[in-house]
Amino acid sequence: MSQTAIVINSLVGLALLLSLMKSRKKTMRGLKIAWKATGKMLPAVLFVTVAIGLFLGFVSPSLIASVLGRSSGVLGVAVAALLGSVLLIPAILAFPMGASLLQSGASVMSVAAFITTLTMVGFMFIPIEVRELGKRFTAIRNGLSLVVAIIIAVLMGLIL
Amino acid sequence: MKPNMKNDLSGADEAVPWFKKIRWDWTMLVLIIPVSVTLSLVFPDRGKQVAGISLDFLLEMIYILPAVLVLMGLFAVWVSKDVVARHLGAESGIKGMLLSMALGALPTGPLYIAFPMGAMLIKKGARIANVMAFLSAWACIKIPQELVELQFMGWRFAAARLVLTIFLIIVMCLSAEFIYKRLSQKETVE
Repeated sequence: MSQTAIVINSLVGLALLLSLMKSRKKTMRGLKIAWKATGKMLPAVLFVTVAIGLFLGFVSPSLIASVLGRSSGVLGVAVAALLGSVLLIPAILAFPMGASLLQSGASVMSVAAFITTLTMVGFMFIPIEVRELGKRFTAIRNGLSLVVAIIIAVLMGLIL
Repeated sequence: MKPNMKNDLSGADEAVPWFKKIRWDWTMLVLIIPVSVTLSLVFPDRGKQVAGISLDFLLEMIYILPAVLVLMGLFAVWVSKDVVARHLGAESGIKGMLLSMALGALPTGPLYIAFPMGAMLIKKGARIANVMAFLSAWACIKIPQELVELQFMGWRFAAARLVLTIFLIIVMCLSAEFIYKRLSQKETVE
């Protein structure tokens, strides 16, 4: 279990305890809401799990690095943004990857596009987002995030 | 409930077209499983990796998701609509937007656990722009993440990206809310 998971679980455990001490009835109602939400989310979560395994199993990090490292200019930014939107790499790993991409000849613009879309746009999570927030919200948020990520990348390429 | 939130179709009546009656999440799940099993059998090496990665991710979800859902349930019963509406609602202004971003930037788990929280905030009367800001900050300006960026990419890269991101997120959230409301209005007129 990761550190984050331990911290989150202990905090929630504490909150649950406090809530139980204050009102048993309200706590039970809260848990019932949580249970219902679990059932609603389950299929989307399982789909995402399999999709991520499938994708990352067939597309290796070295393949990504070679594609991004070689391409540059507008095409590089487009490829980087697309990869960043689809892939699911923890940010903690994305930065060392970005640094090595820069060293292997990728432009600042495409590395910035890769990192920013990687964090802001999550195509893999779309099923969960739609389930929770609706299609309209999801489409607008992901669409605009992609545009903003590209703007950030272009500006960074111009500044640095 | 808002029209866009109607994705639970258990009570759908006869007038609803057939494609809206399908539960797309279940359909996709049922479709992807044979695809991944077939691919894994054809490429056994890759198949092992697929299974390993999926299992890792499933475990990660199992560790975090129940806690988050319990937190959400507790939030639903203890935090009143008034409080959320006052601090994050239509009248909350730039303060509400900054508060949303600060909440999102706290060191917490992956993006998918922020979606149910965002949905809860909307239900409790938070502004669309603020929920967008919360999710965007959650996704890309996490505090620990910035430290790693600083270390690997250098301060110029990290600072430029941070400043541009904060500024553009604010612009983006306001335009997103505008588009969202426009589309919602159209639907109610029709």
